[in-house]
Amino acid sequence: MFKDLFQKKRKYATLPSDRSAANGEAEAPQRPKREIPEGLMHKCSKCGAIQYSKELEKNLKVCPSCGHHMRLGAPERIAMTLDEGSFVEHDADLISVDPLGFPGYAGKLEEQKLKSGLRDAVVTGEGAILGLPVAVAVMSFDFFSGSMGSVVGEKITRIIEHAGKYDLPLIIFSTSGGARMQESILSLMQMAKTSAALGHFADKGGLYLSVITDPTMGGVSASFAMLGDIIIAEPGAMFGFAGRIVIEQTIRQKLPEDFQTAEFNMQHGQLDLVVHRKEMKAMLGKLVGMHSKKGEL
Amino acid sequence: MAGELAFEQPLVELRKKIDELKQFGQEKGIDFGEEIARLEERHAQLQEEIYNNVSPAQKMHLARHHQRPTTLDLLPYIFTDFVELHGDRMFGDDMAIVGGLARFGERPVTVIGHQRGKDTKENIARFFGSPHPEGYRKAQRLMRQAEKFGRPIITFIDTKGAYPGNTAEERGQSEAIARSMLDMAMLKVPVICIVIGEGGSGGAIALGLGNRVLMLENAIYSVISPNGAASILWKDASKADQAAEAMKITAADLLEFEVIEEIIPEPKGGAHRDYEATGLAIRDVLERQLGEIGGLSAETLISERYEKFRKIGRFASDAILPNS
Repeated sequence: MFKDLFQKKRKYATLPSDRSAANGEAEAPQRPKREIPEGLMHKCSKCGAIQYSKELEKNLKVCPSCGHHMRLGAPERIAMTLDEGSFVEHDADLISVDPLGFPGYAGKLEEQKLKSGLRDAVVTGEGAILGLPVAVAVMSFDFFSGSMGSVVGEKITRIIEHAGKYDLPLIIFSTSGGARMQESILSLMQMAKTSAALGHFADKGGLYLSVITDPTMGGVSASFAMLGDIIIAEPGAMFGFAGRIVIEQTIRQKLPEDFQTAEFNMQHGQLDLVVHRKEMKAMLGKLVGMHSKKGEL
Repeated sequence: MAGELAFEQPLVELRKKIDELKQFGQEKGIDFGEEIARLEERHAQLQEEIYNNVSPAQKMHLARHHQRPTTLDLLPYIFTDFVELHGDRMFGDDMAIVGGLARFGERPVTVIGHQRGKDTKENIARFFGSPHPEGYRKAQRLMRQAEKFGRPIITFIDTKGAYPGNTAEERGQSEAIARSMLDMAMLKVPVICIVIGEGGSGGAIALGLGNRVLMLENAIYSVISPNGAASILWKDASKADQAAEAMKITAADLLEFEVIEEIIPEPKGGAHRDYEATGLAIRDVLERQLGEIGGLSAETLISERYEKFRKIGRFASDAILPNS
């Protein structure tokens, strides 16, 4: 009888094999779909271990079995990174329009708002980390695959300019499938706009810490995400310019399992640090503190 | 001329008819002068009709025409004394980007551009005009050099996109593109960028932060290739023509979005029909545009360039939230 129970258990832990890319903006790597309904239990998409959702949340949505860092929405990230009650959101009123009259875009925007509870793919504002004031931008993959259109570009640019004006350290948490195709050239130009804004911010001596989270691809990877004075990634975070599938088609070779992971990128000199989610706040506070003008005697 | 595109077929057929009639008349000693004149007139008329109504998808095919002039094809008609300089001093010399010194009139300038090949062999050597990080880092080096010596920078944009390969990723394709944009934003010298063929995605914008951005009449510029968009949108890359219409990729569209300042006219039927005329048209516009910004201070150039890109984007404010 006990034997039967155990066998059943093993059956639950089987990973689904389908890696459907139904929602692919650019080539964001897709995790296998969760099979457990939202609520009590959660199954790790990496190792299949099942946890109580509450336990998982206490563990900052890092799988206790394999250390897999699950994707976070902007509100969760802000709550676990900034000092409690310190965050003030900026430009929350900015919403995307459909400047090209692109087929299906307007409808999809509404869909994404309902699905994610967000107004676009980035939340920006001011807050404090361990008592130190900072300007932050936090992207959410669950809104339109974190894609960058005019609103994302504008909000990022505004927070960069704000940080420059008020001499605040800037922290951007990136996650994105890339530029938002539905805004075509206007999306592409957001890469230029945000990079140019960072050029001016750097010119003033501003500190910019870029935190890359899973996944960060295409136009976001190839603009503000890679322009930090210090670039940090979460363990296992996938990031790069071109997607794995496109590259495999181009070079007609299978890529290594760990291709474009944070660890892979670290090995190739593209990163300063890989920091566990549990250590992130302390590390950011430490780095900001070392650039604090108060420290100058 | 070989290499006519599908939408030009009516012209090809009419031309063939005229030629046949001419030959037949010569052989038989019959005078078809009146007939031929009438057909020639019809041909001219048809030419106007077709070339004055080139659709976005047709422009995409013109921009990708295998005989379309490349950066190196056009340089001799615009500049003199071009000296190509090589290498990023870190890894290698990416032939998908060419650059060097030249004179524009009397004035020394730095010229940088994407470079496609003209045949398979050259295309393999030049990665079909899709740069690796070392290409962008070569461009960065040449831009720093231009800044040091106070030379204006002219870039030519013509790429399907940055090279999507594992080696490019390992060497930091993202960083190379991002850094190029940041560096260009802060250049103390005048920068003019000209999209001459296909301006594809991050690989294109990496050379695209100019005080002025100009486009050849049939060039296209977009965030993703219409083929890529079609395969994501409709799971069918062959619907690229449809995507080209939806994506607003033509010079006229970009002028309206204030992404570019000016459209440079091409010879009838496209740049591939007359390299010299194309080059000279670029030279004329460049002369005027450089004349306008050539004397500006470093500070003005930087702030003007920032303002140009700063204002690009369309969005709305949702008044429900009381927010700044």
